[in-house]
Order: sequence, then structure tokens, then C-alpha cells
Amino acid sequence: MRAKIMGYFLLGLVRLLTGSQARWVGCPPKAEQRIYFANHQSHADLVMIWAALPQELRNVTRAIAARDYWTKTPFRQWLTTAVFNVIYVSRERNADEDPLEPLVEALTNGDSIILFPEGTRGHADDPQPFKAGLYNLAQKFPAAVLVPAWINNVQHVLPKGEVVPVPVLCSVTFGAPVRIEPGETCREFLARARSCVVALREI
Amino acid sequence: MYFYLKNLTPAQQIGALFVTVFGILLLASLTAFALSIREFQDEALAAQRRSALQRFDGILRTSWFMVLVFWLGWMIGNRTALALFGGVSFFALREFLTLSPTRRGDHRSLVLTFFVVLPLQYWLVWLEHFDMFAVFIPVFVFLALPFASALANDPTRFLERNAKLQWGIMVCVYGMSHVPALLMLHFPGYDHRNAFMVFFLVIVVQTCMVAQHFAARRFPHDPIAPSISSSFQLHSWAIGMLVGSMVGAVLAGITPWVPGTAFAFAWIACLAGTMGHFVMKALKRDRGIPSWGPQGQSTTGAGGLLDRVDALCFAAPVFFHSARWYFNL
Repeated sequence: MRAKIMGYFLLGLVRLLTGSQARWVGCPPKAEQRIYFANHQSHADLVMIWAALPQELRNVTRAIAARDYWTKTPFRQWLTTAVFNVIYVSRERNADEDPLEPLVEALTNGDSIILFPEGTRGHADDPQPFKAGLYNLAQKFPAAVLVPAWINNVQHVLPKGEVVPVPVLCSVTFGAPVRIEPGETCREFLARARSCVVALREI
Repeated sequence: MYFYLKNLTPAQQIGALFVTVFGILLLASLTAFALSIREFQDEALAAQRRSALQRFDGILRTSWFMVLVFWLGWMIGNRTALALFGGVSFFALREFLTLSPTRRGDHRSLVLTFFVVLPLQYWLVWLEHFDMFAVFIPVFVFLALPFASALANDPTRFLERNAKLQWGIMVCVYGMSHVPALLMLHFPGYDHRNAFMVFFLVIVVQTCMVAQHFAARRFPHDPIAPSISSSFQLHSWAIGMLVGSMVGAVLAGITPWVPGTAFAFAWIACLAGTMGHFVMKALKRDRGIPSWGPQGQSTTGAGGLLDRVDALCFAAPVFFHSARWYFNL
């Protein structure tokens, strides 16, 4: 109950501050298994995509959150589990633990996920090079539809180190799905996926 | 009929006004609906009629929304109407500043603008500190905000960034705050009816803009400044001014003025409104955008909030201060 209220509150806050406009340019919002991947500029990215999805899809679309950051305090843990239902991943590389394991589990269950292939928040105008997780997941789950998204302007809302957000109109542009071409290597695919995301900036 | 209306209490008079306005809007909506289900033989003509109706629909929807907001504001009371206009300022400023790219160093200034300057300005209106709220933004904020920006240690395009911020505040906050300030003016023998003044200003300015727009399409002439606006022509401007002022003279009964004075004040408001709209058009052309609203929507012709109220933002301070100066209030 409290989680629902918090969810609605955050939704209202995001709409008030950013307008959170969703632009479905390349595909419509459909209830199929999807992997959304977008540029990562601030903590508000997750809430932006989450607010851009229609209500029916919000419950089944789960975001990725770094375990070490988001389990530090009980409030953060409650926020990410009860309200957003995220998937925790550990950012440290352990030899015995596959960092993608929780993602694979979620995808096997049929959930859609929101992934930020850059790994961490970027501060330059262009996104950083994508990490290999997207490629591995796409190979393991060929049925999942990979949808690129560009989150616009959100770095102005809450830059790194600031506490008070500034109202700026933001939009999330969803592009046409990408697929791994037969014979494409990991590097090529990641570069192509990245260019798809960057291309959405111009639309 | 006239004496019956005159003898109603102010609250009843304003209530009657709202009933009339809602009635007119209802009639217009029904007409639009009736026209929309009509069939045409010629396909091209039908397409033309449909697009014209869509534009009319857009105007109607905005009008319904504005009248509802005004009605709610009046029902709930002056203070809440103030908060509502504060909300309009907030959203208009958000639109304006989105399209004026800011840098990391502007964050503190922006936070101060949205969460300190805007509430303070409206709070000064609430307190009816007319002298203070007329100079708060042009003097104090003008000097203080660039200082906060300079403290952020970023000299790149410093003048440009601060000038854009200042412009946004002047138009969206200062200009808009003068509309509810009209509610606080105390004209002799005209108490509790200031809602009519707001209505007068809004109707006059909007009528002038609409008349100018239609005249520019019906009787096209050479635009004065084609690089800025293809529809700002001397003839259509004059027609718009005349129509707006005539509407003002007709509405003189709800103001504390005789028709002659109402005509003059309406003329002043229309002048400021049309000039302001033209200036905002120039700003948009400079940025290369068709409207202030979310950019994806601009292809369908739907504008943002600021596009609809920009004439009002310019007309309100001029109207307010002219009235205050002329009547020594």
C-alpha cells in the first residue's frame, strides 16, 4: 500500500518536474518480452523510462540497479524492491558468480528489463561505449525484443552532486527494435546498438 | 434587464458572467460537433474544412480549460487563484528554460529561480506589496541571480546564459504575476468584483490575437518583418487592435470605467499583447523552433502553454501599471 502511494507520488513528481513525454517512434508499447536499453546520465533515468511506460507495462518491466549502492540504507532498499521491483546486480567481478545471473533469471521468468549498457552514469554529450552484457543477454534470449531508447535532457534535472532537481522538459524516445545480425561479433553489435541510441537523439 | 444585473451582488454578477461564458462555450462546442459530422462532396474541400475545424477545436479546448481554471480560482478564492497562476508561471518557465540550454553551473541559479524567486514574487502579490513586487524581479533578482551564477565558477557564455534566465523570469514570472495582481487592486466603488478585471484583460487580449490571426488569413498583405512572422501585417494588426478595443468598450459595464476609458485601456493591453507575441515569435525563430511546447508535438500543430499565454504575460504588467498610475491606486 505504501509502495503504491510512493509510486504514484514519484510518478506525479516526475511529471511535474519533467513533463516525462514518451515518444514511441520506432515501435508501439506492446506487452511482449522486451529489453529496453538507453543512455545513462542520472539516477532519474530509471524513473523517466518507468514513467514513460503505460501503466500495464510498468509492473512487468524491471530495471537493473547496482546492489552495493541501492542496498546501503533501508529506505533505498525498500524503494528499489517494493516500489520499483528492480533486479540487483553486483558490480564487483567475482570469479564464481556470473554478474548477469539475476538478469537471466528475470528474463527466464518472462519479465521485460531496462538496461543501461554504459554501466555507470556518463557526463559527456555522447554515451560511453556499451558493455557486453546486452550482447550476451540478446544471444541467450533471442525471443526478447531489443528496443533502444534515448532519454533527453535529464542530465539537467539532477546533475551529479546536486540534491534539488530543476524542472526541465524531458522526453524518452523509443526507437525501432534491433536484432543481432547473423555473423555479427559482440563489438560490432554493441557499436551498432550504441549508434541506434545516439540516432534517436536527432528525432 | 440592465438594472436587474446592476442590482445583483458582485458575487452574483460574476456568477452570471461565468454562466454566460460557459453557455457560449457550450454553444460553440455543439456547433463544432455539428459541423464535424457534416458530409462534403468535394474531398479537398472536406479536408480543408476538417483541418480548420481541428484548429478551432484546439482553441475551444484551450478556452474550456482556461474558463474552468478561472471558475475554480474564483470559487476557491483569491489566494488559491494566486496559487493557480503560480502554477501557470511554473509550467511556462519550465518550457522556456528547456529550450534555452543551460550548463552545469546554472543549476543553482535555476533552483533559486523555480523555488525561491517564483514563490517570493507570488507571495509579494499575496501581501499586496505593490511597490515591492513591481521592482523585486527587475532590480533585486536581476542583480542577485548573476552573482549566484558567477559563484558557480563557469565563465563560458556567461552573459548569454544569464540573459536568457533573466528573460525567462521577466516574461513567465513577472508578467504572469501581474494577472492575479489585478485581483488586489482596489478601485473606488468597485470592491469584490476584480475577477471581472482579469476576465476583461484576458478576453480583450485573446480576442485581439484571434482577430489578428483571422484577418491575416482572410486579407493577406505583406508582413512587416517576414523573417520573424509571416502573419504580422500592418492591416491585420490594426484590425486586431480595433476589434480588441471595441470588445473592451463593449465590456465596459463590468469594469469601473466608462466605455471611452475602457476602450483606451483595452487598446493599451492589446498593444502590449501583440508586441509581446511578436517578440516571442522572434525568440522562437532565433531558436529555430515552431513552438515552446514539447518538441515532438509540434508537428501536429499543438503548441505549449507558453505559446498560448505569452501575449497575456506582456499585456498584464502594462495594463496593471497603467491602471494603477492613472487612478493613483
